Amino acid sequence: MRAKSLAEFGLPVELAEAHAPVVLFDKVNLSFDEKVILRDVTFSVRAGHTKIFLGASGAGKSTILKLMLGLLKPDSGTIWVLGHRVDLMDEAQLMRVRHHMGMVFQDGALFDSFTVGENVGYKLYEETILPLEEVRQRVDEVLGFVGLAAHVDKLPSALSGGQRRRVAIARAMAARPTLLLYDEATTGLDPMTALTVDAEIVKLRDLEQVTSVLVTHQLRDAFYVATHEARRNAAGKIEIFEAAEQKIEEADFLMIREGWVAFEGHASDLRTSKDPYLKAFLS
Amino acid sequence: MNGMRIWFIEWIKKALLEVQEYVRMCVAAGTAMFSRPFYFRDVIEQIDVIGLGSLTVVLLTGFFTGAVLALQSGMTLDQFGARPFVGRLISASMIKELGPVLTALMLAGRVGSGIAAELGSMVVTEQISALRALGTDPIRKLVVPRVLAGFIMCPILTVVSDTVGMLGGWIVALTQLRVSSGVYWSAVVEGLFIQDVYMGIIKPFFLGIVIVTIGCHVGLRTSGGTQGVGRATTNAVVAASVLVLIVDFFVTRLLISILF
Repeated sequence: MRAKSLAEFGLPVELAEAHAPVVLFDKVNLSFDEKVILRDVTFSVRAGHTKIFLGASGAGKSTILKLMLGLLKPDSGTIWVLGHRVDLMDEAQLMRVRHHMGMVFQDGALFDSFTVGENVGYKLYEETILPLEEVRQRVDEVLGFVGLAAHVDKLPSALSGGQRRRVAIARAMAARPTLLLYDEATTGLDPMTALTVDAEIVKLRDLEQVTSVLVTHQLRDAFYVATHEARRNAAGKIEIFEAAEQKIEEADFLMIREGWVAFEGHASDLRTSKDPYLKAFLS
Repeated sequence: MNGMRIWFIEWIKKALLEVQEYVRMCVAAGTAMFSRPFYFRDVIEQIDVIGLGSLTVVLLTGFFTGAVLALQSGMTLDQFGARPFVGRLISASMIKELGPVLTALMLAGRVGSGIAAELGSMVVTEQISALRALGTDPIRKLVVPRVLAGFIMCPILTVVSDTVGMLGGWIVALTQLRVSSGVYWSAVVEGLFIQDVYMGIIKPFFLGIVIVTIGCHVGLRTSGGTQGVGRATTNAVVAASVLVLIVDFFVTRLLISILF
């Protein structure tokens, strides 16, 4: 399967080539008052690939996602997302870039007064002119994708933690984003539920060609997403396999430690690293 | 002494920052009202929540204020043998001052706190960030509908309050003070000038905006989890109530110089 190029997304970019960087951070620095959060952070995420940010709590991982979305501005450095300099954009300009992005927040951040269906279809109902019937179809489709079609009329408070995360994933994917950001999507979930959420991430990446950026400190989930791929079998059923070598190389790990990039590489590089901090983190 | 000075400077800085952010939010909301996207459905919803939802409290407040005003002023007017003029006093007091201010204070307690709590909860549970991530401007979606609803409903509720206040006064005048209906209502009309009515109608537009914008500003600036939401709610009520009285004074002063 070939990853989409930026040109195919119809976005105005100079970098419109196959596997072009969808996200580019160049020497990004950020501090809150006296506390330094990010120091000279530089990395890129290629179209169709997966970038997994690891690090201890408070290391600045979630802040990177907020910078990508333009929810925060860096003190210095440049941030390109989908061909746009988001660090220079105002809120109105950012809204146009965010239409191509989705984010799964740490605790789901579902709108608690809306039903599951309204949450999932929110962007399509409010920010597009799609006919209501088409919106409903898409809501049913994405809820079916995450296995929650039967819960469309429930309020988020009636769902379990894992179900809420899956609704958050469905909401983020409903408008067919180019880039999906996951902020600790499996934190606090039991291993079996976390695995279900991981499977949704893999399915979205491989079947919907969504570039994925994951922030987590759950190593098991990080390695699962990096080393598995989803395919449809002859009967059209979705199956998840151990990924081929080439697919595994499309997933990069990036370790953030006290605001610095302490490691960047593939799953195998991370496993064989001799760095004492990484070894301690992986143990 | 030096520590005190640093604390004072920090306090001034924080206060100025709050004012700056408040003004920025108001300007952003003002600009957003005249451009797309405009969430009309949310405006209607907020008119229902702010307007109809506050009707009971405004009816009760207005009615009993008018009634107690009749009781108290009846006793005072008796000393001058002026009991039949009780209607004048009630209409002038209710329409010019008590109706707008009491309605605004009730709205500050009910609506200001509700808005601050709702938006504050949305901030601490990252729902506001989620809105922005989904491509929705929280100012357009949350602030503008509330400001418009406050702007529209505060004057309407004030008129309701004035009306039931005069009805409350009439019932007391009739049953307790033994003033006939004809005398009461003619005194009500005689006691009013058209300028008073203008003043009573114009002031609530300003007060409605103040209550709602303070609620939105405090709510959107919430930090510190559920405790922060509680703090924001209290701050919204206190700030809105005090500002209602301050704005009332300045708008009254302005209107007196324009109308009279």
